[in-house]
Amino acid sequence: MITISNVQKSFQDLKVLKGVSLQIEDREIYGIIGQSGAGKSTLLRCINGLEAYDSGEIIVDGTLVRTNDKASLRLLQKRMGMIFQNFNLLERLDVYDNIALPMKFWGINPRSPESRSKITDLIHLVGLDDKIHVKPRELSGGQKQRVAIARALVLDPPFLLCDEATSALDPEITKGILSLLQKINREMGITVIVVTHQMEVVKQICGKVAFLSDGRVLSEGKPEELFIKPSVPEIKSFLRDGSELLPETGVNIQLFFFGPGAEQPIVTQMARELGKDFSISWAKLEDFRENVYGSLVLNVQPEDAESVCAFLDRKRIYWEVLD
Amino acid sequence: MGIATTASMTSVILNAFWQTLYMVFWSTLFSVLIGFIPAVILTLTAPDGLHPVRPVYETLSFLINVFRSFPFIILLVLVIPFTRLIVGKAIGTTASIVPLTLSAIPFIARIMENALRETNPGVIEAAKSFGASDFQILLFVYVKESIPRMLNGVILLIISLVGYSAMAGTVGGGGIGDIAIRFGYQQYKTDYLVVCSLILIVFVQLIQMIGNHLYKKLS
Repeated sequence: MITISNVQKSFQDLKVLKGVSLQIEDREIYGIIGQSGAGKSTLLRCINGLEAYDSGEIIVDGTLVRTNDKASLRLLQKRMGMIFQNFNLLERLDVYDNIALPMKFWGINPRSPESRSKITDLIHLVGLDDKIHVKPRELSGGQKQRVAIARALVLDPPFLLCDEATSALDPEITKGILSLLQKINREMGITVIVVTHQMEVVKQICGKVAFLSDGRVLSEGKPEELFIKPSVPEIKSFLRDGSELLPETGVNIQLFFFGPGAEQPIVTQMARELGKDFSISWAKLEDFRENVYGSLVLNVQPEDAESVCAFLDRKRIYWEVLD
Repeated sequence: MGIATTASMTSVILNAFWQTLYMVFWSTLFSVLIGFIPAVILTLTAPDGLHPVRPVYETLSFLINVFRSFPFIILLVLVIPFTRLIVGKAIGTTASIVPLTLSAIPFIARIMENALRETNPGVIEAAKSFGASDFQILLFVYVKESIPRMLNGVILLIISLVGYSAMAGTVGGGGIGDIAIRFGYQQYKTDYLVVCSLILIVFVQLIQMIGNHLYKKLS
């Protein structure tokens, strides 16, 4: 379990973390999402001591993370594997030796029979059996990240930290990496912490997510709760990414579909029952792990707004009026 | 006369070639071994290094620039007392290894510093995240990743030492370059000049070829 309480961190005059508190339970996949510059990568680097924090506490399985106590920090880092956006493999080592690298740092002979079987098992887990003696420059981005994942797991860490691990990969490859992370989480019971700016990542694998903005946790909870009916304007603007243009006349009402009731043919029912005219301005379907969630923006005449809202309430549809 | 001259020319040049090899080999070896130390200190204390220490980095960097800006022919004379201290004499092939090495140290130190600092910072960060000590990062990441680049630097050093060794004739160092100057240039023996130049051209090409081959193999 990782407990972060009131962590603050500045680079010179710039405050990057302004009192972050959160708790990461064992065996979950925890997402930390936000725009670039929100402080999420810094937070992750504070967790495994790559960066020192100014105040507050980070406690990993009962041990306080302190960068000035090198010996205990090293032991802690051994328990936290990490993967990166740019994979960070050694160019001159083949797949096997790249995965074995952390062993060398811990005085483990990478050529011993136990090490050999462990490394070949990991290579098999990430699906690179035929690439064992290939150098990184001959691998694709997705394959490089698979090597990095195997390397991060070679010391049997209970935690895996992912720093924008899929941001340099295309959507199809990203899916593959995400299902690998999911598999690692399920089958090996490893707690996975994912820092990302990609909604897709959080939606596909995270059981819990914290939304970071300007060095603060604005919201924390299940991804579907956070993103289907976002409560803070920062999350709304993050989700909309400025691409949608809503009509400026009339009233825009956003409908959210999830759980029971999501399957009702609500729009056609409303048109029939109320006999009103309205237009659909925006719609989106979101896939949160096993469930599909939808959202729709209707543009109605101001005089019809009240009856539309009353109808939606009757049908138990969650809605809100957009400004 | 023709035959006699050719025979003596062969032995003169062969002897000179061995002298060149001897001077270049030892001065390369010593300067690489010694120059590696400041290169590592510079890498570690650089602003982006594992332990940035500005005063150390800047002082060392300044010193290296100072020594690099000495014209070799001046250095050759300046270090005569030092050469005498180390070798016991100031003249001769062995004695010329001292100024050659001294001029090569700052050169190779700078080249190796650049080679080491080109290491991908992400890889260093990854090593840190797995709990590597500074010494392990230096050995398993910095040095390991930079070997092909450092090798390129050594090839560059060997080739410039071949050139510098010609000037070592001033202190009785001998070598191909010295023969080219004394026999070929000063005594108007064009055949010596041509043969010496050809040997140097082939020699330098050969070293570069071996270097390129090794670089490819190592990287």
